[in-house]
Amino acid sequence: MSNLFIPNPKEAESIHILREVAAQFERPVLLFSGGKDSITLVRLAQKAFFPAKIPFPLLHVDTGHNFPETIEFRDQLVKELGLELIVRNVQDSIDQGKVREERGRYASRNTLQTTTLLDAIEEFKFDACIGGARRDEEKARAKERVFSVRDDFGQWDEKNQRPELFDMLNGKIHVGQNVRCFPISNWTELDVWEYIRTENIAIPSIYFAHKREVFFRDGMIWTANEHVYREQSELVEEKMVRFRTVGDMTCTAAVLSEAVTLDDVVAEIRLSTISERGARIDDKRSEAAMETRKKVGYF
Amino acid sequence: MDIQGRKLIKIATAGSVDDGKSTLIGRLLYDTNSLTTDKIEAIERSSKQRGYDYLDFSLATDGLVAEREQGITIDVAHIYFNTDKTNFIVADTPGHVEYTRNMVTGASTSNVAIILIDARKGVIEQTYRHFFISNLLRISHVVVAINKMDLVGYSEDVYLKIKHDFDALVAKSNFKEEQITFIPVSALKGENVTRKSDHMPWYVGNTLLDHLEVLEPADLLESSVPRFPVQYVIRPKTEAYHDFRGFSGMLYGGSLKVGDAVTVLPSGNESTIKSIHFFDQEVQEAATESSIVITLATEVDCSRGDMIVKSDQLPKSEKSISATICQVNNKALKVGGKYILQHGINRVLAKVDQIESRIHTDFTGTEEADQLKLNDIGRVHFRLSKPIHFDSYHTSKSNGAFILIDEGSYDTVSVGFIE
Repeated sequence: MSNLFIPNPKEAESIHILREVAAQFERPVLLFSGGKDSITLVRLAQKAFFPAKIPFPLLHVDTGHNFPETIEFRDQLVKELGLELIVRNVQDSIDQGKVREERGRYASRNTLQTTTLLDAIEEFKFDACIGGARRDEEKARAKERVFSVRDDFGQWDEKNQRPELFDMLNGKIHVGQNVRCFPISNWTELDVWEYIRTENIAIPSIYFAHKREVFFRDGMIWTANEHVYREQSELVEEKMVRFRTVGDMTCTAAVLSEAVTLDDVVAEIRLSTISERGARIDDKRSEAAMETRKKVGYF
Repeated sequence: MDIQGRKLIKIATAGSVDDGKSTLIGRLLYDTNSLTTDKIEAIERSSKQRGYDYLDFSLATDGLVAEREQGITIDVAHIYFNTDKTNFIVADTPGHVEYTRNMVTGASTSNVAIILIDARKGVIEQTYRHFFISNLLRISHVVVAINKMDLVGYSEDVYLKIKHDFDALVAKSNFKEEQITFIPVSALKGENVTRKSDHMPWYVGNTLLDHLEVLEPADLLESSVPRFPVQYVIRPKTEAYHDFRGFSGMLYGGSLKVGDAVTVLPSGNESTIKSIHFFDQEVQEAATESSIVITLATEVDCSRGDMIVKSDQLPKSEKSISATICQVNNKALKVGGKYILQHGINRVLAKVDQIESRIHTDFTGTEEADQLKLNDIGRVHFRLSKPIHFDSYHTSKSNGAFILIDEGSYDTVSVGFIE
């Protein structure tokens, strides 16, 4: 038994938020992408409710274009921790004619996820969706609340947000509204990596340097496979790469890297001169790309 | 301390339009290598598009489209950076008259306030307001950054005049423990922000960053009396933990240890702490701001919203309270109005009995008022449906503040500070 427990303030805050979600909402769900941020959330949720089980299910909106390593990892984690996992597929939304597949050079299913997510929220009557978004990721997210109220259409009204004072969270909502909850709002990318290293949390292999078939476009490194549109002139090469964020293969660029251990990754992040979302192809569409997507209910 | 042993300093910034607040933050980010190449490139592109011949760092922080178009900041943005020794979180709050609520919001989670003053304009009405709010929220460390020194010829006289005017304000404050530091800077040129200026040899103090790094994050006034509001009762009902009944929550103030004699409020039932858990470890004692799970030696009634305190250090329990209110919503607070009062995590119903006064935020006293509108600050008396268990905000920020939630819209409409 150790003597005096001194908290890590960011971890303590996140646990506080997760307990507020469990206490204030009837049907919360944790949005799980298989990326490092949602994996960190799972660990924090374990800590928040131990020795009880995590009192909410995980929801994965599967675009069908995920890295296979991520899906394998997801299934393994769920099995180990005895968690409840719900999967909803973007392919189903396409088949039902609710959304149309993008075509051409920059085609991605990233924006199509929103419809599938909103349908799942309606199907399960979720009133709170816990997500791993961080304010340091992107400038529109810098203004996001910890409890962010969305209307029936999942829309974010950035000019009419509830002020959040001290650590008092107001999750009161009307029928039809739901709240997006962001327990690691105040973490930086480096905080997440240092935490993963200290806690020795398992993460998908694509976060570490590996050999991969890639091609170069617009100064970014794209995965070469059947889901990613490629011109004949764009030549495939094998490179040592890793991923800093894990989204769809169609919207996540790799970085050249030799980092094969968590120590290497942390060292690399410290020295990095490119921001994490700098490798997100979806954000490069315009200066306000993220804000526009958030307004229509994107996570 | 974070897991790497870095301390966490939370800063609220306040300034009027065009004081260069965003530029100052952009400069801090740039000089601490916190801006990545792609962000700097984006700033260069945008600066060029707008026809500037310098890098407009405000573009790094003004996040929303409306703000970039109007060139102003309209909501609190959170910005993160770190040095080897310290993690910083900056709540960048807008300086418009109509956005007092944003500074109150940003300041509520901060332990340092940076108040910007344009050296050409000196102490203006907005400065009064910003200092008033940092006082109201009992921010222990105030940094007065006198910016645009390059535009007044780096004049020591200008600096001294502003310091003199500000000291006159400080004399009117009733919060004597706060530490106030004046730093002359040029955010645009990067002088005295992270690097000493060659143009102001008369200034012998620290640069802004050096000053922020030597501050202690602990709130000077946070009391050492522990308060443990129960957030969520943990009952695993598994074989290994069949009879486990743990009370989870965040501990505020001081520490709690196994064996402490405690009282559960509101029931008043007494017990002792049997065990303290953090995840799978059992600990003997937990320090302030730990998110822990506590078990008690006896079966007592205890659920969400209750508070566990040391039996010899009970808070006040009352059904009728007076508080200083800041209105943070368009809907005015009126006599007879009913609200949900959220004190920490506990909710009761509250009715406005009387509005005692509206307080002038320029330190010129109070006036009578029959309502408090958005951005108004006033003294209000409430009657509550049940007693709350509180301390004075002056000795315990966590147990002396509350929010009011509108019963119709469920919006957060006010924040209150109990004296």
